Amino acid sequence: MRSLIDIVDFTPTELDELIATACDIMENPAAYAERCRGKKLATLFFEPSTRTRLSFEAAMLELGGSVIGFSEANSSSAAKGESIADTAKTISCYADIIAMRHPKEGAPLVAAMNASVPVINAGDGGHCHPTQTLADLLTIYREKGRLSNLTVGFCGDLKFGRTVHSLIGALSRYDDIKVVLISPEELKLPSYVKKEVLQKNDIPYEQTTDLSSVMPKLDILYMTRVQRERFFNEEDYLRLKDSYILEPRKLQNAKSDLCIMHPLPRVNEISVAVDKDPRACYFKQVLNGKYMRMALILKLLEEATV
Amino acid sequence: MNIDSIVNGVVIDHITAGRGMRLYELLHLEEADCPVAIIKNAGSRKLGKKDIIKVDADVSLNFDVIGYVDPNVTVNVIRNGELVEKRRIEKPESLTNVIRCRNPRCITSTEQELDHIFKLTDRENSVYRCLYCETKA
Repeated sequence: MRSLIDIVDFTPTELDELIATACDIMENPAAYAERCRGKKLATLFFEPSTRTRLSFEAAMLELGGSVIGFSEANSSSAAKGESIADTAKTISCYADIIAMRHPKEGAPLVAAMNASVPVINAGDGGHCHPTQTLADLLTIYREKGRLSNLTVGFCGDLKFGRTVHSLIGALSRYDDIKVVLISPEELKLPSYVKKEVLQKNDIPYEQTTDLSSVMPKLDILYMTRVQRERFFNEEDYLRLKDSYILEPRKLQNAKSDLCIMHPLPRVNEISVAVDKDPRACYFKQVLNGKYMRMALILKLLEEATV
Repeated sequence: MNIDSIVNGVVIDHITAGRGMRLYELLHLEEADCPVAIIKNAGSRKLGKKDIIKVDADVSLNFDVIGYVDPNVTVNVIRNGELVEKRRIEKPESLTNVIRCRNPRCITSTEQELDHIFKLTDRENSVYRCLYCETKA
């Protein structure tokens, strides 16, 4: 049974196919409005995540399917001590496909190993969040018309940001990708990601602490939040936090077709004034996420019935 | 130092010095009901120093464990006092319930019945990662 646990579970060709389907859904939503009639999606959210859960539910409803599930562990059998394996086997009797978010890393994989229906990882702790990466890839494709030959800047917390690691992993399989890593010393990309992803795939990359110096070369700027709790002391946080806040003046030397992205939620790392800039794409990302989840649900359900 | 030759059993030779005890523990040889010898820092022309484990019984060993701890060892199988097989060891592609994931955020930390499975993700540097959370062993 095919599931999506990590973005690299899908080949670049399969990702391209998903993007093509998502674009077609955007163009012809009526053609897809009944495609999942009679099918049920179970959203098993063992920790709250309003945005991702609603995106999955909206995706299934727009395909004509229906949705069952829970939005926190307290309202599930997990509160009684049921194992992930048993939950997955049970829900397989009720639903045709499962989207699971869980605070423990690897929980959706355990579900996929035990379910008899496809499982989509909707986020497992700090580990993976592949459908966010699908949203990111569709956004890049729609804004730039390609997923190759791009200089992609990642800015902010590159140490703990799972969306950054996932997107770097996905893009590293495309041609002519250059990566620019912009972060404080304390939040640099972990060396294993540099070694096992960037170096292994011969992706050129540079590291800097200065966003403005690299801004002119970027095609994509992927912003993340520098979180106070990641710092050992308040002084360092106060010293660094403003360096990584994107404001209109910092975009003066950026390309006219730069694509500014952010996995959201944002706190203060992108000034609200940037929202008016046509290069701001982070709310388009949210919409793209729903279309990619529709394409994903369709693909997995079709493969499950073959 | 003299250790008696064994009649029927296994000699794990050319263990990188210092890894003998680790191998002994992971092979659970403390549970073996037969003579077992660990020789630490024995002289070796090839390695300078090496560890050796001798097991004087026809026991079945988990070769995945040996390959994980030290793929450079030689396993000599002895029958009736004669060397009948010299076995080369390879790094296993996966390990099941040999080592445990130390990541407190891993699902294996709360679901006690799960197998602890590690996959070889970097052969050159012998990197094993947890199947579930991908934390390095």
